[in-house]
Amino acid sequence: MSGFFKSSIGRKIAMALSAFFLMFFLIMHLSVNLLSLISDDAFNTASHFMGTNPLVQFALQPVLIFGVVFHFVMGFILELKNKKANGVAYAKDNGAANSTWMSRNMIYSGLAILAFIVLHFIDFWIPELNTKYVLGDMSGLHNGEMRYFHELQEKFVPIWRVVFYVVAFVFLGLHLAHGFTSAFQSMGVTAGRKKALQNFGKIYSIVIPLGFIIVALFHHLNHNH
Amino acid sequence: MSGKGMNLTLKIWRQKDSSTKGQMVDYKVTDISEHMSFLEMMDVLNEQLVNAGEEPVAFDHDCREGICGACSLYINGEAHGPDRAITTCQLHMRMFNDGDTITIEPFRAAAFPVIKDLVVDRMAFERIQQAGGYISVNTSGNTQDANNIPISKHAADEAMDAATCIGCGACVATCKNSSAMLFVGAKVSQYALLPQGQIEAADRVQNMVAQMDLEGFGNCTNTGACEVECPKGISLDNIARMNRELMKANI
Repeated sequence: MSGFFKSSIGRKIAMALSAFFLMFFLIMHLSVNLLSLISDDAFNTASHFMGTNPLVQFALQPVLIFGVVFHFVMGFILELKNKKANGVAYAKDNGAANSTWMSRNMIYSGLAILAFIVLHFIDFWIPELNTKYVLGDMSGLHNGEMRYFHELQEKFVPIWRVVFYVVAFVFLGLHLAHGFTSAFQSMGVTAGRKKALQNFGKIYSIVIPLGFIIVALFHHLNHNH
Repeated sequence: MSGKGMNLTLKIWRQKDSSTKGQMVDYKVTDISEHMSFLEMMDVLNEQLVNAGEEPVAFDHDCREGICGACSLYINGEAHGPDRAITTCQLHMRMFNDGDTITIEPFRAAAFPVIKDLVVDRMAFERIQQAGGYISVNTSGNTQDANNIPISKHAADEAMDAATCIGCGACVATCKNSSAMLFVGAKVSQYALLPQGQIEAADRVQNMVAQMDLEGFGNCTNTGACEVECPKGISLDNIARMNRELMKANI
């Protein structure tokens, strides 16, 4: 079994498994974000729950961090290995004749997502860790009010951040447009189920990034502080 | 026909031997009939070069009927050129226009080193086959009749589709990762689908994948380019089946 994950196919499957986890996480994340469009109270409650529940914080969060790091590190390792397998570059190579742009540029859409995650961590995750675990303030309050919704709106005031986020979500969509079906193919799903998966993958790769984009734009246009 | 043919500029990879650095060289051919196969056009060029006292361009070819898998060539950025489901010998000059510039390169992959000009060493495929692409049959005289083992039409058809792989290497040449998984997937599948292949199934997939990795082929990222360029239309489903077989072998 240890040899399995060292083999080319084993690594492919490991990439697919981490991708499944991350794609499930995106649904969870977006669900909480969408609450902010409906009600600040609901968003505050959900955020406070996610931010203080021990199971989420100390079981799911470490798994998520491992999943993200693993997916990136393994992605880079495989890219480097594949580059090495190429040999001399073609003088003329017409990739567009037989494959999609998305499938050929996963490393670049992935890098754009990585850049986004760095900013996103600086924006939300690091301040959150600082408040809760460095300063020890687990109350979720700021000046006697729940702080999460207010913090969210504040972040989307500067237009540069909104543009950065929107562009990153477009790259996320491009990454998912290939990644969704690719992960299932790697797991050995074939024929009969393929068409349905492709359709579902198309919907998923449009709806998820679009949801995040709507949240970012909504708070940019609706902040009233 | 004279005077009505095509005049073409060819940009061809020339490399003296495996240890010499190669480069692209321009050639001109005139009066090429649209009915010629691509290899016949190459023959015209080589006659021209021989008559001029130059070294002809080395390229692989054998049956010229589209079934042996010997002819290769990366033509205008695609394995076996712009047409679909064909080998280079079945590519006809009518796919090109008078005045075209055609780029002709060898199949590229670290595991397919150039031997000379457009000829590459595809022995890595042979070594993968030797690692597990067979079944062991008792031939001591008491072999049972093949028809004693019932096989469903569906499985027989799928196995036959996989077995049509001619091992030409277009999948590797066209893959941005130089992955051999369509080839290995087809070779694993043709046995995995049949009862005769079951006994050695686990060893087969593990050994063939291990040899594939050892040869330095890349990892499949499911772009699907191989399936599009494959002269025999080998389906990506064979890669998925190989992945399942490897999982099964490890559980």
